[in-house]
Amino acid sequence: MIFQPAIIALLLAASLSLLMLIIASPFAMQVIRHWDITSGSERQLKLERLTYLFSTLVAFVCLVQILSALLFVFNADKMSVMFVGAMCAVGALNVNEFGFPALYLQLALFFLATLWLAINHADSQARDYPLVKLKYALLLAAIPLFALSLGLQLQYFLGLKADVITSCCGSLFSSDAPTLASEVSALEPKPALLMFYGSLIVAITLSGWHWRDKGNLSGYASGLGALAAFVASIAGILAFVSLYIYEHPHHHCPFCILKPEYDYQGYWLYLPLFAAAAAGMSAGVLRVFANRPSLAQVVPALTGRLAGIAAISYVLFALIASLMIWQSNLILLD
Amino acid sequence: MKIWIEKQKHLIDFTLASLARRKGKNLGLLFIYGLLVFVLASVALYTHALRTEAQKVLAGTPEIVLQRLVAGRHDLIPPGYIEKIGRIRGVQKKEGRLWGYYYDSVVKANYTFMAPRNMQVARGEIIVGPALERSRGLAAGNGISFRSYSGELHTFIVADVLPQTSELVSADLVLMHEEDFRAFFKYPEGHVTDVALSVANPQEIKNVALKLMDALPDSRPILRDEVLRTYASVFDWREGIMLALLSAAILAFGIFAWEKAAGLSAEEKREIGILKAIGWETGDVIKMKFWEGLLISLLAFLLGYIAAYLHVFHFGSILFEPVLKGWAVLYPSFTLTPHIDGLQVATLFFFTVFPYTAAVLVPIWRAATTDPDTVMRG
Amino acid sequence: MLELTQIRKAFNQGKHNEYWALAGIDLAIPEKQVTALRGPSGSGKTTLLTILGCLARPTEGRVRLKGEDISGLPERFLTEIRRQTFGFIFQQFNLIRGLSAIENVVLPAYPTGRPRKELLEKAEALLADVNLGHRREAKVEWLSGGEQQRVAICRALINDPEVLIADEPTANLDTRLAGEFLGILEGLADKGRTIILTSHDPMVVESEIVNFIVTLRDGKIVEQ
Repeated sequence: MIFQPAIIALLLAASLSLLMLIIASPFAMQVIRHWDITSGSERQLKLERLTYLFSTLVAFVCLVQILSALLFVFNADKMSVMFVGAMCAVGALNVNEFGFPALYLQLALFFLATLWLAINHADSQARDYPLVKLKYALLLAAIPLFALSLGLQLQYFLGLKADVITSCCGSLFSSDAPTLASEVSALEPKPALLMFYGSLIVAITLSGWHWRDKGNLSGYASGLGALAAFVASIAGILAFVSLYIYEHPHHHCPFCILKPEYDYQGYWLYLPLFAAAAAGMSAGVLRVFANRPSLAQVVPALTGRLAGIAAISYVLFALIASLMIWQSNLILLD
Repeated sequence: MKIWIEKQKHLIDFTLASLARRKGKNLGLLFIYGLLVFVLASVALYTHALRTEAQKVLAGTPEIVLQRLVAGRHDLIPPGYIEKIGRIRGVQKKEGRLWGYYYDSVVKANYTFMAPRNMQVARGEIIVGPALERSRGLAAGNGISFRSYSGELHTFIVADVLPQTSELVSADLVLMHEEDFRAFFKYPEGHVTDVALSVANPQEIKNVALKLMDALPDSRPILRDEVLRTYASVFDWREGIMLALLSAAILAFGIFAWEKAAGLSAEEKREIGILKAIGWETGDVIKMKFWEGLLISLLAFLLGYIAAYLHVFHFGSILFEPVLKGWAVLYPSFTLTPHIDGLQVATLFFFTVFPYTAAVLVPIWRAATTDPDTVMRG
Repeated sequence: MLELTQIRKAFNQGKHNEYWALAGIDLAIPEKQVTALRGPSGSGKTTLLTILGCLARPTEGRVRLKGEDISGLPERFLTEIRRQTFGFIFQQFNLIRGLSAIENVVLPAYPTGRPRKELLEKAEALLADVNLGHRREAKVEWLSGGEQQRVAICRALINDPEVLIADEPTANLDTRLAGEFLGILEGLADKGRTIILTSHDPMVVESEIVNFIVTLRDGKIVEQ
């Protein structure tokens, strides 16, 4: 294990988040078992008060997830000097088999937390709190995931030994190694470009459609569109956007663009991208509840707004990516 | 959206007014909070600055330095030794270097004497680093005498003082002509201290080192990247140990924050009761308290960080000197180059704002869920 | 306006010291009238007032506001209704010390997110109505008892509620100030506001501005 501040901070954040959720879980069980909205008993009043604690808690955990995912990548990047052959975050994450899974799980937890907050928002606008039991069941179900996240990070950091020869982004995302990431990177710029802009246009159109129409069909469609566009965008960043930023035809790396050497351009890409994906996918999932009577008004208004956010964020993302490509001196396509 | 913003503005207004009304309590919290940030930030800034200095030192050094060992000790390299290596693929340049340490009993400090290859120093003249400029009061044109190890007195004229860009690199440096160097240290003609090899391709370094070991079994190649790695882990490790020691302080702070938030005064409880009764919702009170925590955190963070910055870069870490002496005695005295790093700020944030928020979450919720009818039953 | 059916309210439910503050109340509060609740202390008038004013939820029974059943609503929605429909004047005035009169008046409107300028204009007009325009920047702890109560009245009116609820409003006032208060109340009643108050001050209960009197004892209505 390498003993350093950022690692301690990450482990501290992950264990505190988990600890808070575990301490809260008996109360979540109580809500699931004893919730009765029609009752005015003191127990019910107490349970209702507890719901405020949970939404605050999850909002906080969600924020911590975002920050710690960033810190995780930052830290991996900084640690790369300690490993022979690692030149950026990718190399450091590849030191053992837990690096990338830990990162992926953190991102997944971020999306789950935002989804929970969206469900919570819809639920607390309906006068009978129709989703309350579901919400707390989801929360309980997420606890093992948080434990897994802590476990993966612990495994990753414990397994770190300076001087391990690792592959760096040059070899992982270069076209020879047979990994998923490398296959994505090996995409020819032209089809990747088509897929990138194609899926973005589809997602923006679908989200825009749902924003106006607020119907079931458009809702599900925009959710799927947002998911597809997210995947295509990450692929696009790997396959060609990063190349334009680095002005180097073989440097496929999704992390180096976050570095000061490249003027932190990555943030401008990832911020709208993650906002769009979180909003769009939440809108799609929320449609499932549109048929509940007390949510019939709430859900369409909310999903419409979320789709609007997704559409605007994707437009922003597409514009920023295009601007970066346009300003670059690299020529990939004639 | 507009309503939401307007509402947050109202809440912040109220928060500011209520912070101002409880100056004593909040100043106490701010002080402790700021102190914690100050201590942690000082450690982080100090070690980080050392790390960057080390990197800067090493950036200018060759990829491989070759030393000759006799009985496991570093020894001079005799003439013809370099030629024995012959041509190795990937090595762009190899040259012998002349340098050594000199202990100045007047100011009780070590200097590095060096005969540079890329720079012309006239015979009888020296160029000195900023540390000598300070400790011996030297300026261009002054003369200075050093007593060599053989007992003779050598006098030099200071031709120039090196710029202060990175003092750790140049602070104790004394540059002189090769002939003067040999005469001062009684170096035999043709002998050099070590050999510097530049290798352009980083992938080749390891191979070159292996070939050197083969060709010259009595040599020890030192790789720059290895040194860099060692420095990085040593500094990180030290910082980590400091933080682990300070974790007690963080914990104490968390408990303190919890106490502060949980031990609401009767006055504050009454206020929250009133707000709830006149139409504030639990969520509104939580948001108000959230703004309060955010304002205090930001202020404490800013004050603590600025104080730490001044402490480390302008007052030479006076408070830490006894603890961190291990690093400080490396060189007579040097000033660190100011440097702020995003990762470090983010880490600090995790060590201070995160425990604070986690500690006050439950007390805030407790206070915010006061029954709205309590004011009617007092 | 407000209809209560079979309202019961328990405290310390399920514990050994459980007790029922209200034991089956049926009551209709007429619109645009002044209703007074009276009874000895411990009779449940304050508890009844908190249920009428949506400050608390009944343990059993139904509350209807303009025909809509609001008894099962969670606090979040109850608060919203309370903010729009009710204004409160408390026995201890319950102003926030350290804030000026006008700051206190605008507090109930903060969660509505109405622009500050609009709020301050409205608050100034309200304060001027009760002859406190000149004291608007004074900290409330510097105000006299009568002035504090007038600030509390303005605060109750900032969100323009239909119903005004006053808990023992004259308990801390001398006869002259109590008379002044009744004058203000009369003016508000004349403008068509529904007023509900508790009091055991005969000066209030027997004054001619009160249209209905409800007498409580041991959590039950004994006279109406």
